[in-house]
Amino acid sequence: MTRRALLLGAKSPIAQELASRLASRHDYDVILAARNSMQLAPFAADLSLRTGRRAVLLEFDALDTEALARLPEQARAVAGDFDLAVVVFGYLGDQRRAEEQADEALRIINTNYTGAALVLTHLANYLVQRGQPGGIIGIGSVAGDRGRGSNYVYGSAKGALALFLQGLRNRLAGNGIHVLTVKPGFVDTPMTEGLDGLFLVASPERVARDILAAYHRRRNVLYTPWFWRYIMLVIRSIPERVFKRLHL
Amino acid sequence: MGHRLTSGWGLYPTVTAHVHTARLPVHLKQLLAAGGTWLPQGNCRSYGDGCLAPQVVSMLALNHLLDFDPSRGTVRAQAGITLDDLLRFLVPRGWFLPVTPGTKFPTLGGCLAADVHGKNHHLDGTLRNFVEQLDMVLADGSEISCSPQDHPDLFRATLGGMGLTGIIYAATLRLRRIESAFIDMRSVRTGSLAEAVQVFSETHANYPYSVAWIDCLARGRQLGRAIVMLGDHAAPASDQPDRELTVHRSGSVSVPFFLPGPTLNRWTVKAFNTLYYHRQWRRDVRTRVHYDPFFYPLDAIGNWNRIYGRKGFLQYQFVIPFNNGMEVMTDILERIAARGAASFLAVLKTMGPQDGLLAFPMPGYTLALDIRRSDDSIIPFLRELNETVIAAGGRNYLAKDAIMPRDQFERMYPGLEEFRRIKRTVDPEGRFKSTQSARLGLS
Repeated sequence: MTRRALLLGAKSPIAQELASRLASRHDYDVILAARNSMQLAPFAADLSLRTGRRAVLLEFDALDTEALARLPEQARAVAGDFDLAVVVFGYLGDQRRAEEQADEALRIINTNYTGAALVLTHLANYLVQRGQPGGIIGIGSVAGDRGRGSNYVYGSAKGALALFLQGLRNRLAGNGIHVLTVKPGFVDTPMTEGLDGLFLVASPERVARDILAAYHRRRNVLYTPWFWRYIMLVIRSIPERVFKRLHL
Repeated sequence: MGHRLTSGWGLYPTVTAHVHTARLPVHLKQLLAAGGTWLPQGNCRSYGDGCLAPQVVSMLALNHLLDFDPSRGTVRAQAGITLDDLLRFLVPRGWFLPVTPGTKFPTLGGCLAADVHGKNHHLDGTLRNFVEQLDMVLADGSEISCSPQDHPDLFRATLGGMGLTGIIYAATLRLRRIESAFIDMRSVRTGSLAEAVQVFSETHANYPYSVAWIDCLARGRQLGRAIVMLGDHAAPASDQPDRELTVHRSGSVSVPFFLPGPTLNRWTVKAFNTLYYHRQWRRDVRTRVHYDPFFYPLDAIGNWNRIYGRKGFLQYQFVIPFNNGMEVMTDILERIAARGAASFLAVLKTMGPQDGLLAFPMPGYTLALDIRRSDDSIIPFLRELNETVIAAGGRNYLAKDAIMPRDQFERMYPGLEEFRRIKRTVDPEGRFKSTQSARLGLS
């Protein structure tokens, strides 16, 4: 039987690296879901030519909450049944603007949390009713581990998503559906292009490799690259009365 | 968007540039709509300033294969794909690039813009002869496909047009069928330039690939002592059929830092060249080698351009017609040797007929030399050599050039007026511009 993965937010370099690795090393067909998904046609053609696996495009918008319930069925209709769903999409937004304008704050929260949580619910229900082993990978962020003045709107949404994934993992543990929460540090993608103060920037290839290795080992929470687990351990352990005065 | 110091492979000149990366073809239109002048940029493997401009659109993320038709032997790919990446796909499937330069790291788009030639130029011409279609975005944001049949003027001007007619975002190439990734190579040690040229003329019909490595520091009777390398795609060997189409390995030894300026001087280079020349003990050797060391010997040393130090180097490549070509080459080699302008490699090859408006090749000899830029006095010296080249009816290669003045360029390229006419029709406002094109009056 063909194994198939659905990737949401397939324009992100992390999603594309995951799709390439799933196809070339794990014999997966892939469903690439994104806004204006036609723009992914070159990537899909390339992946199919190189790996011989099928790559199907699917239109998807995390902010279109009405349509999210239909997504699993649409994916099945265009490509076939899938056993792995990967939620990669996200929106970093602009913290300063989010402090002034409600629509920016809403867009950050709705993309990173509301949209993600809703679609994860539908995907979980779909995978449960299949009655077969499967998996969910959700991409949070190290920014969700502690609120910081410079990006707490984004951070709170990603933190909430991590909590949601934790609950989902608990709920699905008895169904043979594994849930992996990924917390990447800085990754060299368009999301971080031009930002100041980046350090220890990882490549999307590295992050994708870590994610699939962790998924296949049934890990629950992955920090990638690994040292972020310890960096965040230190950051979380700073007492709040000190932390609140730091400029981070 | 990044603001950074950019240079070609010769590390000279450098230009501080705004580099915008196009991640989707639609970004090309968006960038053009934002105004200003632009240059599409690949992997910066041309040597001089043909790949440089103050504002460039990096094509490196548009690197996807779009179509492969084994029944017709064609591949369609986005322009930012490197030859390295193309070979990884093609070789295991029994196909090869129809024309390849001496490194596999340029992008497809860069190779089309420079209309590159390879060791088979005397038989097959430049890359343009294998292009079925170019898909482009023009200065006004419109998309257009051109071929020898559709918009032939644009097609003719774009191949070899150094990115100045529009942005190639995809191209369709006709490929070469191979049964093996290996090359049957014959290398002949020759004592002089005349002898090397003699070997070329005797073997051309039998070997599609030929090139000679010349020791430029040898003087007098040994001037132009060389190793002539000839090759053809090998037939599959019967013993290990599954290994016959193995692709090249990635990874290389790398020059980790800039060598200090005086590391290369006339004595160290002379020693190297003498060793290289005498490495081959017998006069005529036949071996079977993988395509990687045959076509891309220097790719095995990452950042080899650093060996010339921080000031970089100039690659000087010219072509001159056959008739008095020997005398002119001898003259130029003598003048370079007399100046002690250290060169690791001088590469000689013969070229055949060539179409194209800004095409470099012509029937004759081409010689390419690396010349360290120890100080800027080397530039007037090379411009003097240009005069000798022009007087002999020859020209210099734009993909290598960093120093040519406009008047010399105009005397070298008879297709220039026609190129300018076509550029005016597709880019009336001069939106595509490079540091080189500004110097040469091409934009």
